[in-house]
Amino acid sequence: MGRNILEEYMNRKYDADIKPSPQANLIKDKTAIVGIGETEYSKNSGRDELDMACEAIKNAADDAGIKVEDIDGLETFTLDRTAMPFIVSTLGLKNLRFASEVSFGGGAACAVTLHAAAAVATGVAKNVVCYRALNEASGHRFGRGDGYAKYMISAPTPHYGYTFPMGFCTPLSWAGCWGRRWMHEFNVTYEQIGWWAVVLREYANKNPRAIFHDKPMTHEDYMNVQMIVEPLRLFDCCVDTDGAAAHIVTSAERAKDLKQKPVYILGAGQSAPIEQEIQTIYNRPVISGLFETWYAAHEAYRVAGVEGKDIDVAELYDPYSLGGIMSLEECDFCERGDAGNFIEGGDNIRVDGKMPTNTNGGLLSEAYIHGYNLVNEGVRQLRGQSYNQVKDPELCMVTAGPGVPSSAMVLRN
Amino acid sequence: MTVQYTDKPIPRPALWGIIYRSSGSLWEGVKEEKFLIQKCKDCGKILHPPRPMCPACHSTEQEYVEASGKGKIYSYVTYNKSPHKAFKAPYSVILVELDEGPRVISNTVDVKPEEIEIGMPVEIAYEKIDDELTLYKFKKAG
Amino acid sequence: MVEYVPGIPILKPYIDADNKPYWDAVNDHKFVVQQCNKCKNYYQPPRPMCPECLTLDTMDFVPASGKGEVHSYIIYTTDKMAYPGMKIPYAVMVVELDEGVRITANNADDIDTEEIHIGMPVEITFVDIDDSLTLYQFKKREA
Repeated sequence: MGRNILEEYMNRKYDADIKPSPQANLIKDKTAIVGIGETEYSKNSGRDELDMACEAIKNAADDAGIKVEDIDGLETFTLDRTAMPFIVSTLGLKNLRFASEVSFGGGAACAVTLHAAAAVATGVAKNVVCYRALNEASGHRFGRGDGYAKYMISAPTPHYGYTFPMGFCTPLSWAGCWGRRWMHEFNVTYEQIGWWAVVLREYANKNPRAIFHDKPMTHEDYMNVQMIVEPLRLFDCCVDTDGAAAHIVTSAERAKDLKQKPVYILGAGQSAPIEQEIQTIYNRPVISGLFETWYAAHEAYRVAGVEGKDIDVAELYDPYSLGGIMSLEECDFCERGDAGNFIEGGDNIRVDGKMPTNTNGGLLSEAYIHGYNLVNEGVRQLRGQSYNQVKDPELCMVTAGPGVPSSAMVLRN
Repeated sequence: MTVQYTDKPIPRPALWGIIYRSSGSLWEGVKEEKFLIQKCKDCGKILHPPRPMCPACHSTEQEYVEASGKGKIYSYVTYNKSPHKAFKAPYSVILVELDEGPRVISNTVDVKPEEIEIGMPVEIAYEKIDDELTLYKFKKAG
Repeated sequence: MVEYVPGIPILKPYIDADNKPYWDAVNDHKFVVQQCNKCKNYYQPPRPMCPECLTLDTMDFVPASGKGEVHSYIIYTTDKMAYPGMKIPYAVMVVELDEGVRITANNADDIDTEEIHIGMPVEITFVDIDDSLTLYQFKKREA
């Protein structure tokens, strides 16, 4: 009875019966990212998040060629520790018409842009800045078990009550558990998943912003490094980072007169499908796939009027290698269950491959700014400003955190 | 009168990351019984509370200068029922406008709640709570 | 098997009105799962409303077999991402019970981490951590 989400997902049949039609969508082609900015990415900045957020926002405004005081909207993660009012008083903003936060950790990475674009498209605000600042490396580390031991006596929510008491309390391990099932069902080997980390490190070695800019890594190095949570090794994990990144969304109309070539938002979507939890999605009928990534990506495709085969470059959220690798399937860059074969040897995701992916080094090797650095890299690719520039790309796919209510968007130059 | 404390812990200022690139900080000064306010090195604007960037000129260079500690009560509230287990009611919280311009929140020393009035001249006084915490308060200007 | 580190408490379940019968049963060394008495579907974790029937008063807690197969698992091989109150290595398994629901728990004393594999037949057992906390684990079962 009713919609069968499992059937839709397994048969790759996206329910496109949504109104308004893409042609009438207010965001599509009518909103654009016009400025990007970031701080230095480091392991020990000695700075707080407010400091770094303001620098990244200022840099994004300068990049776009708009005055800081013309910013009238702010959008970030609920997880962000900067207090939005202090951003107003530190940057000297005159009046925010739109201020909003998106929840669900990294799943918000494209939803922030979508919400900002919705505000711009409906005339709620003119220039909305999406920002994220974090002191992961030197300050408030999350995703670690020792913090819970210090501050909690019970699981933080009823849902986590079924996992935390079993010592099952970190994102890497939650993902390892659905990731292992995927590896099992499709006979994916450790050797195959290692290529993700290796290719991303090659990209980082050519990108001076990347934390691993001067640290090469071979496939042999990958295979020899310790398992952190079996099936995931140290080099499958993202890099704890101090830093901030920001981008500015405005209307296509205003974008025409600004400094940079506008990067248009062609389509975007958010998704929280059946039996959604925060990564502990084990009561979905199938856990060897990322329902939320597939739905978000296909809503973005529907609005954009494009398919996976039309995409020229992808920036896929990879807090751990498997998140990024499995997203290749959900975005239709390869068949479901075939991502292990697709990345084997690495050529398909290298800069001149079938689908150049995470060309800044990704969250694994550039920096972990909760996905914002992937958005900025997508914008750079479409402007022709990347250190690992794909030849004349027209469309870029960006995704957000897997296993949580997620989001995705298609950008166009 | 002065705020009377219970034996319960007083909320502490959050110090993480408050020391920005410029040297010093408001709370370091208070420990040495100096009231330091942040000033933009480029345009001279007084910045309170301290922040990492000047909202007027977007400079990231700041310095701390010692304030006179003199000002006037700009507004106030009196708690007849304590909102927090560390503080005994009644007590007052005052908003003081310093001669340098910024407004700061504090308590009174040796002033009864019924004596407080807007416009009353006050000057800074320090109360050492324990080895880690000194608070700035205000007494009648004398 | 799982060994605990003395002095570091194990995080307790978060008990609310919706899941109290589940954890009360665990305290009594019984395992129950939620079943809607209208559509007969089983659900885990417990919730206040049947997502199929959209009814608030049909969710019963019923005795479960406690028998199932390992659907997936991970092994904490370093302390980097593990809970500090538990000694490395330890495993967490997602077990699909005969009722169809999946339960997350550690391996019992009779299962070494190296033995665990997807499809392994297991059944539930209970362990009293201390006076105020009882948890369930999975032990070996004849197929």
